[in-house]
Amino acid sequence: MMNFEGGDSMESVNLDPGQQAYDYRSALSGTSLSGETHPLALSQEDFSLKEAHDPYVNSEEKSSIRNTGVDIAVEPPSYADAIFTPYMGGSGSLQELGGSSRSLYSSNGSVEFITITVNHPQKEQENGSSLVPGANTFFTYLIITQTNMPEYGGTDFTVRRRFRDVVALADRLAEAFRGYFIPPRPDKSIVESQVMHKLEFIEQRRLSLEKYLGRLANHPVLRKSEELRIFLQSQGKLPLTPSIDMASRMLDGAAQLPRQLFGESSVMIPQEASQPAKGGRDLVRLFKEMKQSFTNDWGSAKPLVVEEDKEFLEKKEKLQDLEHELNEASQQAELLVKAQQEDGEVVGELGLALIKLAKFEIEEATQSAQKVHALDLKRIATAAVKASRFYREANAQSVKHLDHLHEYLGMMQAVHAAFYDRSNALLTLQTLLSDLSSMNNRVEKLSAASSKVFGGDKSRNRKIEELKESIKVTTEACELSQKEYDQIKERNRAEFNRFESERQRDFFYMLKGFIHTQVGYAEKIAHVWKKVADEANESPNKALDLPISGSVAIS
Amino acid sequence: MSVSSSSHHSDHSYILNSPGAMASRQRSSLRGTSSLSPVAPDQQYLSISVTDPVKLGMGVQAYISYRVTTKTNMEDYRGVEKMVIRRYSDFAWLHERLSEKYKGIFIPPLPEKSAVEKFRFSAEFIEVRRRALDVFLHRIASHPQLRFSEDLRNFLQADEEIWAMERARSQEGTLFKKKPSDFMQIFKDVQSKVSDVVLGKEKPLEESNPDYEKLKHYILELEEHLGESQKQAFRVVKRHRGQALSEFGRAVKSLGDCEGGSLGKAFSGLGGRSEFLSYKLQNQAQDLLMNFEEPLKEYMRTVQSIKVVMGDRAQAFRQQQELSEATKLKEINLEKLRLVRPDRVAEAEIELREMRVQCDEATRRFEEIVKRMQKELVRFQEDKTHDLGLAFHDFAEGQAQLANDTADAWRTLLPDLESWSQVAENNGI
Repeated sequence: MMNFEGGDSMESVNLDPGQQAYDYRSALSGTSLSGETHPLALSQEDFSLKEAHDPYVNSEEKSSIRNTGVDIAVEPPSYADAIFTPYMGGSGSLQELGGSSRSLYSSNGSVEFITITVNHPQKEQENGSSLVPGANTFFTYLIITQTNMPEYGGTDFTVRRRFRDVVALADRLAEAFRGYFIPPRPDKSIVESQVMHKLEFIEQRRLSLEKYLGRLANHPVLRKSEELRIFLQSQGKLPLTPSIDMASRMLDGAAQLPRQLFGESSVMIPQEASQPAKGGRDLVRLFKEMKQSFTNDWGSAKPLVVEEDKEFLEKKEKLQDLEHELNEASQQAELLVKAQQEDGEVVGELGLALIKLAKFEIEEATQSAQKVHALDLKRIATAAVKASRFYREANAQSVKHLDHLHEYLGMMQAVHAAFYDRSNALLTLQTLLSDLSSMNNRVEKLSAASSKVFGGDKSRNRKIEELKESIKVTTEACELSQKEYDQIKERNRAEFNRFESERQRDFFYMLKGFIHTQVGYAEKIAHVWKKVADEANESPNKALDLPISGSVAIS
Repeated sequence: MSVSSSSHHSDHSYILNSPGAMASRQRSSLRGTSSLSPVAPDQQYLSISVTDPVKLGMGVQAYISYRVTTKTNMEDYRGVEKMVIRRYSDFAWLHERLSEKYKGIFIPPLPEKSAVEKFRFSAEFIEVRRRALDVFLHRIASHPQLRFSEDLRNFLQADEEIWAMERARSQEGTLFKKKPSDFMQIFKDVQSKVSDVVLGKEKPLEESNPDYEKLKHYILELEEHLGESQKQAFRVVKRHRGQALSEFGRAVKSLGDCEGGSLGKAFSGLGGRSEFLSYKLQNQAQDLLMNFEEPLKEYMRTVQSIKVVMGDRAQAFRQQQELSEATKLKEINLEKLRLVRPDRVAEAEIELREMRVQCDEATRRFEEIVKRMQKELVRFQEDKTHDLGLAFHDFAEGQAQLANDTADAWRTLLPDLESWSQVAENNGI
């Protein structure tokens, strides 16, 4: 199983780690793994422990290895052990962030993996003339895939893509996989070219792309999709889908409008029934479904099919609650991390000030007692600096763990989309059914009227024939729409269960990781202080016993 | 509003109760409230404590009064135990009197006057101030010279009405009465300027004592370092509020309630621990403030009082120099007068004698300051070494304790976490 190591992929984008605001998000960009130039930065000896146990570097084990954290829980861990050893439980768990190693058990029981890395952002120029130089520049990213999945017919692929391509991929997946919880893609930003060129932005985008592709790879269904495969494999430019060009979509729609408005070809082609109403070309259908939706909400007649699945409605509500709580917890986690970051810095700065004081006193000491105490102070101050380093390290780890909260908050978007797919499909079905019903009514009425005319009513009969044709087509569309709706419902259900179980696994992983980190670092910090406190000598000046501070016990 | 606080310093007597002290106490109780009989110096004790701050008055005129309790067997004190009520301005009065009368001695510092915080009167502020006042009196009581001060005795013993009168009297005194030496000083200033012009020589305004120079330098640098350390200590204390932790805990608990099941329990565990640790952190903050930041602040103030003494010394030196110059002038004048105006000789001789007396007095004063300063510096270094050593040591211990408690709190969660995660897995979720 291949792994993403944050250090390697940073080559082409040289960021000065010291520049980056060490906040919650930027900590995820992996700069914490590379060196820091902060005065309180890690020294070499501190690195060794960290590297040995960084969960994001050390996952060589297969996912079948059970949680090794059991031993840690039972007896008090030593320092080394106390640093969290990675939890590798279950299958299909979201084990890492910022990487894209995924392994899942395929249906025949063998372990499949796919690893996607995003690297080497590069500025490119759009072909064709432009009046303003530098106007049509964009960035592309190198996307490297390694996999053993048979569908790919190969093991290594490299392509260059731009963000637009990712948007297209996301759109296509959304169309083809309605009802699934499809991981949301990174945001487009309405950026000016200046911002676009900022290194930080590019780096953030690179990272978010990598995460996004990783999440797709983690999805048991999406990872096998044609769309993803093409995206990862096909050389050269990706073909534009119709949905990309908004302008032409609108134009298409407008051109067809008059015909549609007059109801000539107002019948939905069956294949379209399995798609949601798109803007532009399906204006009429949109209008109809809007009308249906209105009728659903405000009309007196009940629609013919309704969302009856109580279980679904309960689940939906629960997920809404969950989203609210996740949002809150995610925010507080961010604040906590920020606060603890500052806590560590403040202790470090205290240490530095005390070192200066100690050095000064050592120099100026006139009595031996003074010198002894000044040396003690220096040791204590050094301990403060060490402790502050540990705070920062612990915090960097915590950030990674707590980010799971944020991940799942992001996934709620996917859940909403999937539920929206469902309600759209239902709406389509309802619309079709009501269409069908009204068409049948008209046939009845026409037949009744026609039968009253002697010798048959040619025009009416013709209309009846046309209607019967439409009814046939619409019935077919209804069936397809029903199928689609049922399929989406089933997908919703399966995805919900998968979501639940993965969330449980990931959150337990998060909790264990977070708490192990806290324990480990707290012990390290305690040890540093204890050592120094024990070493500090009692004052030799008992004669002037002036207890000012120490003898007072504040409860 | 009454903030109760246990009297922490009530037992920090200079020398704890010895048999001799007990005996003399018994003796004095027979005689009632008359002065105590003399006791051998090594058996004297003077134990003062400042307790029970009480807020009095309303609005802008609100103030805090403190209970000052004295236990002593020193002579000149009426009785073994006495309790009076004093407020900050009373302490300030005492401080000023001591500063005037004991030049050369580092008068223990008072807590800051702080006109702004006073209005808020937070419990923390009051406790910090009470502590500082307690330390102030304790230091005076332990000082080999200051403990015998009459002003101190009055401060510790005078009943309310007498005290009010005493303060009013001394206030008036300082306000309207200028001491003779002040007049002399003004006179001398004028004269010395004239003599400068006449004699055309540079007056050495400062000592050219290399050791003293070094000392001044040391004090100034010490002030810088202490100031920086205290500033950082203040920041550390401020960050021990633990608010982010408690908010996080609350949110996580809420998330746990929503999740339910084993995962919900796990989240609740996390949330509960976070809140607990936040609480521990807040407690630590109090401890840090009192036992780490306050001592540093106190020594900063002490350094200020040393600077005051340095100023006094410089002034005494100047006075002595000027008077000695003036004396020389007078001597020269006298010789001139002997030749030119014999009738003025007698007068001039008297003036010269007086001048010489003044000059000797100034010299004596200056030398006393120098001598005292030397002793005081030794004391200062010993105290500082001891007190700050203790403060830093306690800081390290406190941090170790906090980290250990933190580790324990989290560690105890692990077994449960393990079993909950097992349950979840077993449920096939």
